[in-house]
Amino acid sequence: MSARMGSMRVLPPLGARQRPWRMVERNVLAYRRTWYVFLSGFFEPVLFLLSIGIGVGKLVGKLPFDGHLVDYKQFVAPGLLASAAMNGSLLDTTFNFFVKYKYSHTYDAILATPLGTGDVATGEVVWALMRGAIYSTAFLLTMVAFGLVPSWWALLVVPVAVLIGFAFAGAGLAGTTFMRSWVDFDYVTLALVPLFLFSATFFPLSQYPAGLQAVIRLTPLYQGVVLERALVLGHMQWTLLVHAAYLAVMGAVGLRVAARRIGRLLQP
Amino acid sequence: MDPLIEARALTKRFGGFVAVDGIDFVIRPGEAFGFLGPNGAGKSSTMRMIGCVSPVSGGTLRVLGMDPAADGAQIRARLGVVPQEDNLDTELTVWDNLMIYGRYFDLPRAEIRRRAEELLEFVQLTDRRDSRVDPLSGGMKRRLTIARALINEPEVLLLDEPTTGLDPQARHMLWERLYRLKQDGVTLVLTTHYMDEAEQLCDRLVIMDAGRIVAEGSPRDLVATHATREVVELRFGRAAEQHAALARVRTLAPRVEPVADRLLVYTDDGDATAAAVTADGVGAASVLVRRASLEDVFLILTGRTLEE
Repeated sequence: MSARMGSMRVLPPLGARQRPWRMVERNVLAYRRTWYVFLSGFFEPVLFLLSIGIGVGKLVGKLPFDGHLVDYKQFVAPGLLASAAMNGSLLDTTFNFFVKYKYSHTYDAILATPLGTGDVATGEVVWALMRGAIYSTAFLLTMVAFGLVPSWWALLVVPVAVLIGFAFAGAGLAGTTFMRSWVDFDYVTLALVPLFLFSATFFPLSQYPAGLQAVIRLTPLYQGVVLERALVLGHMQWTLLVHAAYLAVMGAVGLRVAARRIGRLLQP
Repeated sequence: MDPLIEARALTKRFGGFVAVDGIDFVIRPGEAFGFLGPNGAGKSSTMRMIGCVSPVSGGTLRVLGMDPAADGAQIRARLGVVPQEDNLDTELTVWDNLMIYGRYFDLPRAEIRRRAEELLEFVQLTDRRDSRVDPLSGGMKRRLTIARALINEPEVLLLDEPTTGLDPQARHMLWERLYRLKQDGVTLVLTTHYMDEAEQLCDRLVIMDAGRIVAEGSPRDLVATHATREVVELRFGRAAEQHAALARVRTLAPRVEPVADRLLVYTDDGDATAAAVTADGVGAASVLVRRASLEDVFLILTGRTLEE
């Protein structure tokens, strides 16, 4: 009888949906003591805005955009915001993820609890998105303060930044599961620098030769730059939905691959 | 009593390599059960399957009456795990390590705080609660890992090589804590390659070698069944002398095992055998009589020592 009672013991309610949030809680605790590291993701795009947007912008003047003339700093700011969303989400899903999985074995400890590999992958992505949302909100407010946001569509800037973050967080997490050592991270840098510089971030797509334009149209950060620039300047059109769909699929596929790969790596 | 953990023909394969080769065992509530064997015997793989973090390749495994493949999360909710390699969260303090671990089990914060206070007291780390993990000594990290494993008040505590790498004092302190847990009714399942640890802690154990179970029983029964009562250890100045003496010594006792630096002579009367060896003039540099241990059981069953 007592054995039967034992096996009927009521378990604590383990809401499967809440489990990824435990990863977020963990990261909040971890960053609470290193908040200055957290702040760096905000200052970087602001420094670029001051130097390139306002400094170089004085030399450039106005650019033709979608049939209008646009102030250079107004042109470049949404590009910087999209890049910041990309970078912000990649920090925690690439370098920091690699340390936790390969060196400090943090995930081994977590997977000994009711949390599973899907919870870990989802939790890390959710955290990266929250971090990205905080950065992009701060940057958007900076843009408003500089008078760089003429359109009310800009209210969608942060949700779209989260979407950009989702795309890169999923892809970053999936890619990191294939990394063997720190040397492989050179490939991340190798991919990110050209994305940052040439996704129509700093000058319009029309400046590139036709063949290169076609390539750039297929790269991921370009989708985000187009979306953010359209929202900030209020140039809305239906084709924006294609760019958004691109990012959503990229994130979803990445997250799925990552969850499966994490299972294979950490639970052989 | 229903078994807590039951394995039938349990198998773990990694590609073509068979790490656990069809083992059977039953672990009952409240006992301290050990897997003793050298590195690579398949102990850790077995533990990881019990802990529901490594899928079973063959055979059946039931943990707390459930199937790890289907009910992993529910099983893990009732287990405590102390892994071989410390995996404390190095980005958090001692206290936060316990707090967040309790959260992974979905416990309310007030309850975790209450338990964390008690557990820090239990493992004598109360004065280090705001310290980071890195500066802690090996023994302290181990104790914190045990405290962490107890935050969900587990019914079964899985310990993989719990005292490997600790100094003797830290080991004894850990053994004493584990003994108290056992008295509180927690089922202990541990792996070790230290025979003294197995003798100290285990009510019952299996000896593993190359993925198989080669013997099973209480430490005392295993020694009684597979070894003689006493052992005479003969040391020689040079390996060549030991080699030359082996045949002579074999005429004096039914069972002699040569190991790297000595001959082990199995006998029920150590003093008589020691006297005979000395009288025979085999030229041993030292002669020591001791009681047989699990180390000897392993040597007799596999022809190798645990440390090899």
